[in-house]
Amino acid sequence: MSVVFYLLAALTVAGGLAAMLLKNTVHCALALTVAFAGLALLFLNLDAQFAGFAQILVYIGAVAILVVFAILLTRGSETPKDGVFSRTWLTGLAIAAAVFAVLGWAVIGSARVLPHETAVPAVTVQQIGVALVGRYVLPLEIVGVLLTAALIGAVIVAMHEKVEHEKEEQK
Amino acid sequence: MSDCGPSTIVHLLWLIPGLPIVASGIIALLKQPRRRTAATMSIVSLSISLLLSLAAFAHVLSAWTTRMAVERIHSFDVLRETVNFTWIQFGTSNVDLGCVLDPLSAIMLVMVSFVGLLIFIYSTGYMKYDENYTRFFCFMSLFAGAMLGVVIANSLLLLFMCWELVGLTSYLLIGFWYQKPAAAAAAKKAFLTTRIGDIFFLLGIVWLFSQTGTLLFYNNGAGSIESSSLSMLLTQPAALGLTAAGAIGLLIFAGAAGKSGQFPLHVWLPDAMEGPTPVSALIHAATMVAAGVYLIARVYPLMAAGALAGGTTTALTVVTWVGAFTAVFAALIAVAQNDIKRILAYSTVSQLGYMMAGLGMGGIAVGIFHLITHAFFKALLFLGAGSVIHGCNEEQNIRRMGGLKSDMPLTFLTYAIGMLALCGFPLLFSGFWSKDGILEAAQHWSVAKTPLYMLVFGAFLTAFYMTRQVAYVFFGHWRGGKPAHESPAMMTVPLGILAFFAMALGFLGTPAWPWFRAFLDGRAANFAWSGFMEPGLLTLMATSTVVVFLGIGFSWKLYGDRSPKPSAPDALEKITPMTWGWLSNKFYIDEFYNMTVIAFYAWWARVSDWLDRRVWGGVVAGVAWAFALWARLNRFLDNNIVDGSFDKGCDELSVGGGLLARVQSGRVQTYLRILALAVVALVAILIWSSRT
Amino acid sequence: MTPLAGYLLVAALLFSIGLAGALTRRNAILVLIGIELMLNAANLNLIAFWRYGPHPEALTGMMFAIFSIAVAAAEAAVGLGLVIQIHRHAHTTDLDAMNRMKG
Repeated sequence: MSVVFYLLAALTVAGGLAAMLLKNTVHCALALTVAFAGLALLFLNLDAQFAGFAQILVYIGAVAILVVFAILLTRGSETPKDGVFSRTWLTGLAIAAAVFAVLGWAVIGSARVLPHETAVPAVTVQQIGVALVGRYVLPLEIVGVLLTAALIGAVIVAMHEKVEHEKEEQK
Repeated sequence: MSDCGPSTIVHLLWLIPGLPIVASGIIALLKQPRRRTAATMSIVSLSISLLLSLAAFAHVLSAWTTRMAVERIHSFDVLRETVNFTWIQFGTSNVDLGCVLDPLSAIMLVMVSFVGLLIFIYSTGYMKYDENYTRFFCFMSLFAGAMLGVVIANSLLLLFMCWELVGLTSYLLIGFWYQKPAAAAAAKKAFLTTRIGDIFFLLGIVWLFSQTGTLLFYNNGAGSIESSSLSMLLTQPAALGLTAAGAIGLLIFAGAAGKSGQFPLHVWLPDAMEGPTPVSALIHAATMVAAGVYLIARVYPLMAAGALAGGTTTALTVVTWVGAFTAVFAALIAVAQNDIKRILAYSTVSQLGYMMAGLGMGGIAVGIFHLITHAFFKALLFLGAGSVIHGCNEEQNIRRMGGLKSDMPLTFLTYAIGMLALCGFPLLFSGFWSKDGILEAAQHWSVAKTPLYMLVFGAFLTAFYMTRQVAYVFFGHWRGGKPAHESPAMMTVPLGILAFFAMALGFLGTPAWPWFRAFLDGRAANFAWSGFMEPGLLTLMATSTVVVFLGIGFSWKLYGDRSPKPSAPDALEKITPMTWGWLSNKFYIDEFYNMTVIAFYAWWARVSDWLDRRVWGGVVAGVAWAFALWARLNRFLDNNIVDGSFDKGCDELSVGGGLLARVQSGRVQTYLRILALAVVALVAILIWSSRT
Repeated sequence: MTPLAGYLLVAALLFSIGLAGALTRRNAILVLIGIELMLNAANLNLIAFWRYGPHPEALTGMMFAIFSIAVAAAEAAVGLGLVIQIHRHAHTTDLDAMNRMKG
């Protein structure tokens, strides 16, 4: 295990922790972005360059921005008076710890059979493109439909604002 | 007669009481305004009964004449004809009823229907202004039918049924003007007092039936008072040294004593004068009260059973003593009464005592002869009193009358004849001959001479009080309010007819020609002046004549032609005030009864009421309370246990559901946590299973 | 420890952190952030297995991860749109207050 891996892992985990622990919601969003960046670098370390750059483009470039927009639109930057964690946060933490325990146990329990260093796969973008429209064309199309539906859905869900707002103003 | 079976007239005998009863039934359905129809139906039905009675009498008479004259058979029983039929059959024993026609019933039939008819005609005048005219004739017809039924009954049961019916109609007629409280009370008193007698009568009937197995009087030798039954009854002892025959006879006499007003059951008769005068005349003078005497005459073989030759039985002795005592007792009270009808009522009680004494001492003929003559002159006296009351505008107190002999001459004449007959004025009047018959029997009585002295004293008193009454009413001067007037012909004509018979009937029973006795005994009757030559007879006739004159004279001296004011004391009262007090208050018998019998009864009624309300009522209430308790317990069980358990179950379900619903907190994070937990569990299981 | 195990552990840790945040934070958007973290941890898992697993030339893992990224983006869009709409109605994004669907 190389030093790079440990550094990148520490960055990602720190970002994740910060995202979940900080009080100011915008700070959380920014910490999330750091976590996304750490993950992209990890992908690059794993020789999945296309996935890494797709991660940067989509997650950091779109999802993080979306999250920030949502935070700003819901005035989430104000800290609530009762605290940011729910009253039963210990239960939640315990459950998460249990999940981690079980997953860790699975990994460590099968550590013997996991393979060691293997050859670096030589993957080109052309191969990915050919696979996309060849073998995985159906999932591609479906994802396209899904994205369209999501787009329309999101617009509709967020749209009635004006009509209701005017109704509320008239009342 | 008994060879060829009973003749037609005997088969038709049931019509005699039947017709008036049917007429009564039809009148009961008529409306009030149909007065003439009611009166006509009554009178016509009773007239037909009279005709049939006369036919029956003629039949018996002719049979008697042929038998006695031609065949010279001396047997009472030969003249008797009966028609019997079975009424109820239960198992092997029967209850039979029947009609009997013999000299006794024939004479009674004629008397009852004839006197009844005359009184009916009289009533059409007397009750003319009464608004309940139709009801009156309904009840009178019913009474006439019932009384005739008593007379022709061959079965003690049929006699008892008609007896009760007679008592019922007497109650209805005494209380005819029921709006008057005194009348209603008098009717109730009559009914209850005769009821006491009737209870003993019923006991006697039951006893007789149980011993002899039949209640028929005569049944070709198998009847309850024929020789075979009598000999059986004589062998059975009852309490107090009596035989069964004597005991039954005394029980039956108790019933007769109630109906005929003997002491101590006489208290109802004077109060019964609250009824209209025709009722008093018919029922309480001539017929119903005579039913008791008739009953004793009918069961005479039973009463006389076991008598040694020339002697007498216990039953008859009791009858005699009671009769004699009543005769004197009632006559004493009559001396001090001021109501015209009450004097006559007590006189009736006294004369009934004479009849009973006559039956006891001298046999059927003696008593019945006096009954027949008494019926006529007493009915005459009552109707005359009714005429007087009517003429004096409903006044009944003799001290407010007077001098009526000039205002009401016809009434006075007939009343005088009746009064003389009652006193027993010698020779011309029937009362003399019938009363003398009784005195003669008393003279020859083997047991004691005391009844004779008592009856002679009674005769003196009778003359005394009747003269007092006549003096107050018809002599002196008028002391009343409005002046009096004579009554209409409808009322005076029956008076005249009765007066004639009051005189003529006596000649049927003189010692010279004892037709009456012969007819009833079934012997031959020969006219012989030697009849007067019986030892002691002429002395007796002289004694009774002297006594009558003494009575009339003494009374006239005290009361004649004087008319004391109504408020002044009576002449006799001035002489002996204490005796007068006792007499005018009727020896305080009513007060005595009130204190003892009625008080006891009231106490008993209160005890019974308490028992009923507290004890039996308490039991019932207790049962009801127990049921209510049980019901409440059931309700409690039902509500709390059955319902409760069900409700509880449902509540628990609800609570459980509520508890389970809390899992659905509506909070997304909770759901997520549960999901995560499930994943943990599943993965753990996966790993575990893949390991082993 | 093999490199693969290291990557898997990192992914597991990230997943648990994301889960812990999703289960405990009160703001709805932060729950969505936690979910994004979980998704990303899953992606890391996929790529790690693609790299160290057999037949990486089949590109299965990579494709899976790419599609996962696309779907996650769509889901984030819709989810955040919903959160915005909810905020308009309830004037809050506090998840503790949103229990109208409770039983």
